[in-house]
Amino acid sequence: MPFSNEEILGFVQTTIGEGLVHSSEPFDFLTIEVKPESLLHLVGSLKNHPQYQFTFMTDLCGVHLPEQKGKELGAVYLFHSWTTNTRIRVKTFAPIENPSIPSMTAHFNSANWMERETYDFYGINFTGHPNLVRILNVDDMDYFPMRKEYPLEDQVRRDKVDSMFGR
Amino acid sequence: MIDTNQPAPPGLEGPGFFATSMDKVVGLARKNSLWPLPFATSCCGIEFMATAASHYDIARFGSERPSFSPRQADLLMVMGTIAKKMGPVLRMTYEQMAEPRWVIAVGACASSGGIFDTYSVLQGIDRIIPVDVYVPGCPPRPEQIIEGLLKIQELAANETTRRRDTEEYKALLESYSIS
Amino acid sequence: MENQLVKNSALPDLFPTDKEAFANELTTLNLGPSHPATHGVFQNVLQMDGERIVSGVSTIGYIHRAFEKIAEHRPFYQITPLTDRLNYCSAPINNMGWHMTVEKLLGITVPKRAQYIRVIAMELARISDHLICNSILGLDAGAFSGFLYVFQEREKIYEIYEEICGSRLTTNMGRVGGMERDLNPKAIAKIKQFLIDFPAVWKEFGDLFNRNRIFMDRVINVGAISKEMAMDYGFTGPNLRAAGIDYDVRVMNPYSSYEDFQFDIPVGENGDTYDRFMVRNEEVWQSLRIIQQAIDNLPEGPYHADAPHYYLPEKEDVYTKMEALIYHFKIIMGEIDAPVGEVYHSVEGGNGELGFYLMSDGGRAPARLHFRRPCFIFYQAYAEMAKGMMLSDAILVLSSLNVIAGELDA
Repeated sequence: MPFSNEEILGFVQTTIGEGLVHSSEPFDFLTIEVKPESLLHLVGSLKNHPQYQFTFMTDLCGVHLPEQKGKELGAVYLFHSWTTNTRIRVKTFAPIENPSIPSMTAHFNSANWMERETYDFYGINFTGHPNLVRILNVDDMDYFPMRKEYPLEDQVRRDKVDSMFGR
Repeated sequence: MIDTNQPAPPGLEGPGFFATSMDKVVGLARKNSLWPLPFATSCCGIEFMATAASHYDIARFGSERPSFSPRQADLLMVMGTIAKKMGPVLRMTYEQMAEPRWVIAVGACASSGGIFDTYSVLQGIDRIIPVDVYVPGCPPRPEQIIEGLLKIQELAANETTRRRDTEEYKALLESYSIS
Repeated sequence: MENQLVKNSALPDLFPTDKEAFANELTTLNLGPSHPATHGVFQNVLQMDGERIVSGVSTIGYIHRAFEKIAEHRPFYQITPLTDRLNYCSAPINNMGWHMTVEKLLGITVPKRAQYIRVIAMELARISDHLICNSILGLDAGAFSGFLYVFQEREKIYEIYEEICGSRLTTNMGRVGGMERDLNPKAIAKIKQFLIDFPAVWKEFGDLFNRNRIFMDRVINVGAISKEMAMDYGFTGPNLRAAGIDYDVRVMNPYSSYEDFQFDIPVGENGDTYDRFMVRNEEVWQSLRIIQQAIDNLPEGPYHADAPHYYLPEKEDVYTKMEALIYHFKIIMGEIDAPVGEVYHSVEGGNGELGFYLMSDGGRAPARLHFRRPCFIFYQAYAEMAKGMMLSDAILVLSSLNVIAGELDA
């Protein structure tokens, strides 16, 4: 039986206190935003908790929200407890000038490639990652393509007329 | 319409002998034994597997033995999206093929980048290697892939024995910087 | 007398006197990205000690098509063809998962008939995916006939898809709010005929492989993975169930009326290649069971939700009624905004939990769309799994994991 969002939220507040920045429940899915310093401690407590047992990390992705000044780049983590069927979404943000978030490879080995992908797309530096290099794009790419300021199309092309292709 | 009773090429026929030009005989032999290299990267690769399977069967056109080594293949079938990371690999594969060699670009992604007009996808393989036949579709039906193969067969049957020596071909390879 | 050749310093030292150093040299073998045994373009650079793999490095990204970036520039209904190309062997599952995510965001409830039709399409897609995986595993082990036999049946599944949506492989099936057209009688007849004909074929395929001494010797105890390692590396789907954990999204978080159907979840013991093969084998039987129940109990009713803001109206109404014309214009030209919010929805794909994380800021296109791709997550473990294996075993493990390149790179 899934634990209620209030109970999990209460546990989070007692565990990291000031580290919890914001919480919400879009579509009944508990979503909390934490400071990067408290992230690993919180996830470790959730994972090792005897009842909650958030032992599976479903997903890890990055987001770029240019309108949030000082917290533009973020990482979103989804955790799932298979024994109690509870899910929780944890977000943490970092400034775009020097984005640095502790690496989740400390708790989950599946974070390895997911963090490399997030680094490849957004340039977030995951401290403590064993091998933070590009994974999907070409190795000599010098920018982080998923950031909002970069265009989708390849700019080095002469054969497509932009006005006819709706760009 | 596929005519399995292939007529003999035009030539001089008599009791016990048949004389025609060397080009025609070599063309006939080549066109009926094109060994493909299935360079299958994505969804079109699955349609190729359906084409090679028993329902659509390209083996009846002579492509009995798919070769994964470029040195033993005649026909490079590029099926699927080629990303910029994959481009050098495709180029290396093409350069290893021995003459005579033909290239089919199967699918919209191989022909022109397809629906992926992005920074990471090569907008058509004809940017890096010369292509003989383009088969459009996303993915093309097996019948269309077979039609592409038949067009290659027409090319193979009707060109000179040593295409590699013609000026036009040499200029084409020069333009791609392939030595 | 000393060998003059060895003493000559201009020649390379071909026969080093220090046999120890020579014996400890490792060979580097490059497996891929274009290789007959890798199904899709990914590369493994292996360090080999003779025939045994010592370590490996996987490189991917050879078919990175930037789906997530494209999705930020497309309205919701134009993202469906992108989702097709994720796990292209079972495209309807990806399509339906995406539609369900958008319906969650927009708050649309899909009627029962449409949900049952979706279940039929998704289970056919699951059968189609497992057919490819198992027959290609047989092909890599040297058995060509299973592949040819099974692809004939996939043609029948393609015919059913053509009746439902018009396309064979990249289906773009369904719409936000239901299906685009009802199941016509020919489609129902073809599905019923498939359910009659296919079990005999699948039983024969099972007879070829399941207790085949040669096949069993090649795959039993090859590439075993423990439950803890599977959970730690983010495995889901048949690979996880082969390791012994019965996590299935259809049961844990049911969607699209899966709770109405009776089916079992096959679970393996050791997590080796044989268990993965058998789990997929058994899942095909369970999918046939689900399709039978769905087609027998197909409820009457509309095949799409009553959501005029998001579901295109009928063409006759567009040409005769004013509101329908306005809705048609607004939907196509993107004048209707989506609600602000973030939603995560997951479905049980052919390879595991396929999740869609959608953040909407109110515009036509998503602010962020992330695909939780099972292949990308569990393929990380391959380099770990391949350590200490012989090369031919490593090839079979790669085939049995069912790595689809489209889902790997996205």
